[in-house]
Amino acid sequence: MNGRRPFVLYTAMAFGYAFLYLPIVAVIVYSFNESRMVTVWGGFSTKWYGELFQNQQILDAAQRSLLIATVTASLAVVFGTLAGLALARFGRFRGRGTLGLLTSAPLVMPEVILGLSSLLLFVSLQGLIGWPERRGLTTITIAHITFCICYVTVIVRSRLVQMDHALEEAAMDLGARPWKVFFVITLPLIAPALVAGWLLAFTLSLDDLVVASFTSGPGSSTLPMLIYSKVKLGVTPEINALATIIIVLIAIAVTLAGVVMHRNATQANNR
Amino acid sequence: MWATVVADLFRVVGTWGREIRDSRGRYVVTALPLLYLIAFFLVPFLFVLKISFATSAIGQPPYTPLVAWGEDGALTIRLVFDNYRFLLGDPLYVGAYLNSLRFATVATLACLVIGYPIAYGIARARPAIRVVLLVLVILPFWTSSLLRSYALIGILRTNGVLNQILLGLGVIDQPLEILHSNLAVHIGIVYNYLPFMILPLVATLMRLDFTLLEAAADLGARPISAFLRVTLPLSIPGIVAGSLLVFIPAVGEFVIPDLLGGPDSLTIGRVLWTEFFTNRDWPLAAAVAVAMLMLIVIPIMLFEYFTEREARRGEGRTG
Repeated sequence: MNGRRPFVLYTAMAFGYAFLYLPIVAVIVYSFNESRMVTVWGGFSTKWYGELFQNQQILDAAQRSLLIATVTASLAVVFGTLAGLALARFGRFRGRGTLGLLTSAPLVMPEVILGLSSLLLFVSLQGLIGWPERRGLTTITIAHITFCICYVTVIVRSRLVQMDHALEEAAMDLGARPWKVFFVITLPLIAPALVAGWLLAFTLSLDDLVVASFTSGPGSSTLPMLIYSKVKLGVTPEINALATIIIVLIAIAVTLAGVVMHRNATQANNR
Repeated sequence: MWATVVADLFRVVGTWGREIRDSRGRYVVTALPLLYLIAFFLVPFLFVLKISFATSAIGQPPYTPLVAWGEDGALTIRLVFDNYRFLLGDPLYVGAYLNSLRFATVATLACLVIGYPIAYGIARARPAIRVVLLVLVILPFWTSSLLRSYALIGILRTNGVLNQILLGLGVIDQPLEILHSNLAVHIGIVYNYLPFMILPLVATLMRLDFTLLEAAADLGARPISAFLRVTLPLSIPGIVAGSLLVFIPAVGEFVIPDLLGGPDSLTIGRVLWTEFFTNRDWPLAAAVAVAMLMLIVIPIMLFEYFTEREARRGEGRTG
């Protein structure tokens, strides 16, 4: 390899990573700015964090968002694991094509379409069978589960594909029933994928603005909806502080998940 | 005659019963996610289609019913094509479509140009470094496009970080007016979707046999020519997957053009949002959604075809 190309490559990579991180670093730095003027550095201060934790509106919205995200992630992991199992292990079966399409299309479907279609379903159902009576946390959660299932399916499916079949087959040959094989052999082996899938579903739900805006009702504003309405009014130190907290929490979660998966993979290789 | 029908029915139900008992577990495993997605992803599209043929009205819900009992007691079905005629005739909407396609195309190409060297560097790095580089690419993807667009506002504003740096370095005398322009939307889409381009590229490039490049070099190929004739053709699956992952959602993007764009950076996503939330014209919003789906249905089918093929290939290798 000649010496000039790595230099060009490294420059391109440095530029790319700077592009990805400069905006985020700027938000974090300015969240500690004493001055309300976003352009002037008025010294280090944590006062915006203090104000954040006294804002009842923000705390309520955060609580709602965390509740929706927890329920969404847990149910999406159940449905997504089942779908991943069916696609990776059942060979050809009736409905396989439909399941494959339905678990991949929402991954690329524009959010506005997901949001509008979910809302029109809820409104029509209300007219037809009287449910759901009101739009709120339940309808947001149902809509979030829909697209989160697909991400969990992708993760679980690829983990199952990489995994060795032999253990499951051995258990089967020794007379274990399929459900027992799943809970005793398969589930522990794909546990890291379930953790990763749960975390991904959790953050996707926590982050979502568009689908929640369509499917929410009065008094059920989520945290992103609140942030959006504030951002439309301009950049403020409070939002910088809020964004910093979310970014740091997510970074910790992702790093933890990465460490767990990495350790698990090395263990599996050593075994 | 009825006896045979009833007997047949029983036989059919009996066969189902046996089939279900034999593979009961499998049915449950497949049916649960399948039914959920049919009910909450597929069926809603039928309602979108239905309501796109209605007329907006004041009331709850704010549109007219399609099926109604006429005054003479006859069942009437009213399909109104006005929404679609309106979408095709009004230059505002046609312009929004063209804008969306242009934003998505330019941003996809820019993602490819910026993302390819990064993906190449990650794929060729030592495993320990590769993990770190990959995590650094994935990390921003976990924060929402709302927060990332907000972060970009702080960079691109007239008195933002970029202008302060450039003014400080003496590169420019006047601050650049980037925010609320089409350029800002392009930057925003690239910034938000870059990880979606890099990840499939890394996956493809890591599978690439780099000894092929050594062979090409031994046979006297210059690095550029080896890249163009060996690496690039072999990374086409990753390029296609990454481009579709960026292009399709970018066409319908709402948050980025809304926060970063100006009044003239109108996209389909913004039109749908405005018709729904501001004008409360649900039927027209539904028609916009149907038209948007028409625009992306072919890329979506391509995406489905490629992901299925990749997944099957993986299953064939181990199974």
